[in-house]
Amino acid sequence: MKPRTIVEKIWDSHVVAEKPGAPALLYIDLHLTHEVTSPQAFSMLRERGLKVRRPDLTIATMDHSTPTTSRDLPMLDTVGKAQLDQMEKNCKDFGIRLYDLKTTKQGIVHVIGPEQGLTQPGMTIVCGDSHTATHGAFGALAFGIGTSQVGHVFATQCLLQTPSKSYAIRVEGALKPGVSAKDIILAVIAKIGIGGGTGTVFEYQGSTIRSLSMEERMTICNMSIEGGARAGLVAPDDTTYQYINGREFAPKGADWDAALARWKQLPTDQGAQYAKELTLDASTLEPMVTFGTNPGMGIPISGSIPDPASMSDPIEKSDLIKALKYMDLEPGRQLKGHKIDVVFVGSCTNSRISDLRAAASVMKGRKVNPSVRMLVVPGSMQVKKQAEAEGLDKIFREAGADFREAGCSMCLAMNGDQLEPGEYSVSTSNRNFEGRQGKGGRTFLASPLTAAASAVTGVVTDVRTLL
Amino acid sequence: MKLEKIESKIAVLPVDNIDTDQIIPARYLKSISKEGLGEGLFRDWRLNADGTPKADFVLNKPEAKGVQILVTGDNFGCGSSREHAPWALVQNGIHAVISTSFADIFKGNALKNQLLPVVVPADAHAELLKSPWATVKIDLVAQTVTLPSGRAVEFPIDAFAKTCLVEGVDELGYMIQQEPAIAAFEAKRVGSVNTLR
Repeated sequence: MKPRTIVEKIWDSHVVAEKPGAPALLYIDLHLTHEVTSPQAFSMLRERGLKVRRPDLTIATMDHSTPTTSRDLPMLDTVGKAQLDQMEKNCKDFGIRLYDLKTTKQGIVHVIGPEQGLTQPGMTIVCGDSHTATHGAFGALAFGIGTSQVGHVFATQCLLQTPSKSYAIRVEGALKPGVSAKDIILAVIAKIGIGGGTGTVFEYQGSTIRSLSMEERMTICNMSIEGGARAGLVAPDDTTYQYINGREFAPKGADWDAALARWKQLPTDQGAQYAKELTLDASTLEPMVTFGTNPGMGIPISGSIPDPASMSDPIEKSDLIKALKYMDLEPGRQLKGHKIDVVFVGSCTNSRISDLRAAASVMKGRKVNPSVRMLVVPGSMQVKKQAEAEGLDKIFREAGADFREAGCSMCLAMNGDQLEPGEYSVSTSNRNFEGRQGKGGRTFLASPLTAAASAVTGVVTDVRTLL
Repeated sequence: MKLEKIESKIAVLPVDNIDTDQIIPARYLKSISKEGLGEGLFRDWRLNADGTPKADFVLNKPEAKGVQILVTGDNFGCGSSREHAPWALVQNGIHAVISTSFADIFKGNALKNQLLPVVVPADAHAELLKSPWATVKIDLVAQTVTLPSGRAVEFPIDAFAKTCLVEGVDELGYMIQQEPAIAAFEAKRVGSVNTLR
């Protein structure tokens, strides 16, 4: 048999039917859903008299429009409240398990899936959310879909799909202190650009990736879409199996043994072909920070803001001028030392317990600079509970940061947590698009370590000076 | 609804990497229906803070009235998977976007909403960028764009998506017809999430 990539193996084992002139019908093992991209799909089901075919393979949560203030307070945003109420009704009407704000398992959809052992190697996983690639860290083929497709999966547990090409991203060597998984993925995106992976699935490989924890792998896979790839994954290994074993939805007993035997067949065969390849030397990386209005506009912390005068392509040049104008930054200058107003630690990229530990390690015994507002938003109520058990909440609060309930929060600013026009943030989230964190707000994307260091100093900071 | 031919003036927005947060900001995503999303289209590029239109934004110009085709820079529709982006475009009468490439999720969403993502070669794109408000014809059946110069260039489109658009085929209806194959597949994959085989 022809050597296959892990993506080809997962694809082959999920094709339900293939007819000439049509895309393949691909079976979906796990459908995650949330309040923002599902209501119109539920409406479609009602209009057409359809059911959710496999409610047992469908899991719902509330995260995007969700307040991160105390759950005991009434929700003031009536439109957001209506969306949450609708989600509750939809899940009740169609028999879907919902982790609502009253449960201890609520959280960001891409945080709770792995946390509960729902995310497993070899699965096809979809969600009406572009950061679904997060689940690829487990060796699953996981990608974001639109609301029409959410409806298709509800009704048939399948999607019409054409196969994507595989793009090998090899990261080799040891990371230097102060450099993290977030810096790896920001460096990859800065290198290939935000459209560089369009039409492909990233397979992250190499000694650096192997040495990373599952949470670090999730951070990398999470931002695959920021490199243009709908999905990104890491072949499973012992780190993966150890993480899954014992979690609520993980296979147990004989099922576990059978699953493990299957999972071990997944890694890419020797000699399998990739459409594209990129190799990155991790030992040369510095902490990364973005300066512009897309995640590809990133520089090492010691670097300078690029000069449009050096660009030849007229649209690229005008885009950079436009970005620098929006960000109110001057070319040629360092970003390091630039004053900031807000620090946000959270989002499906960096809101897991290891992210909170990293930020707390810098904050411990220090104070948030008086000119900075710092928001720490755990990715799930389980992460919050664990952080409290470790006393991280106290470290953040004593430093002067706000420690919140779980949700997407200021990553996309749907729930009232947002930047004011003109404000600058250092944010651990995934997008620095114009207005992403609030109309007129300006975002510098960085790691939890860099975010915490910047919160302490009040300016964009090289965390290595505080370690 | 069927979509075969579009003939319209073009509005030119020469910006690369226009993300779906620009096409429709997240604060418009709290709706539980599709209605009224059109007012969120390019909201923060289109309007000043006080709600008055920005005179220099392309879709605010008097010539933009009735425009059905938008020409943009590379990698249009990157970022969030929100299908609200094509909904907002179509609710403003836009039925085709011409670019040199599209983000994958946006492209898929557009094709399900009577919005054509048309990829043209760099030279044709350059001609379009230089021809704001010129009339352009798109023939989906022939898969051609007739440029202002009269030259026709071909564009690629997924054959199945084309059939769905031209013949008004309902994609979900097609999927539901394959119920026996889905049931047979499921019979081999017994169990729920934690025991799927």
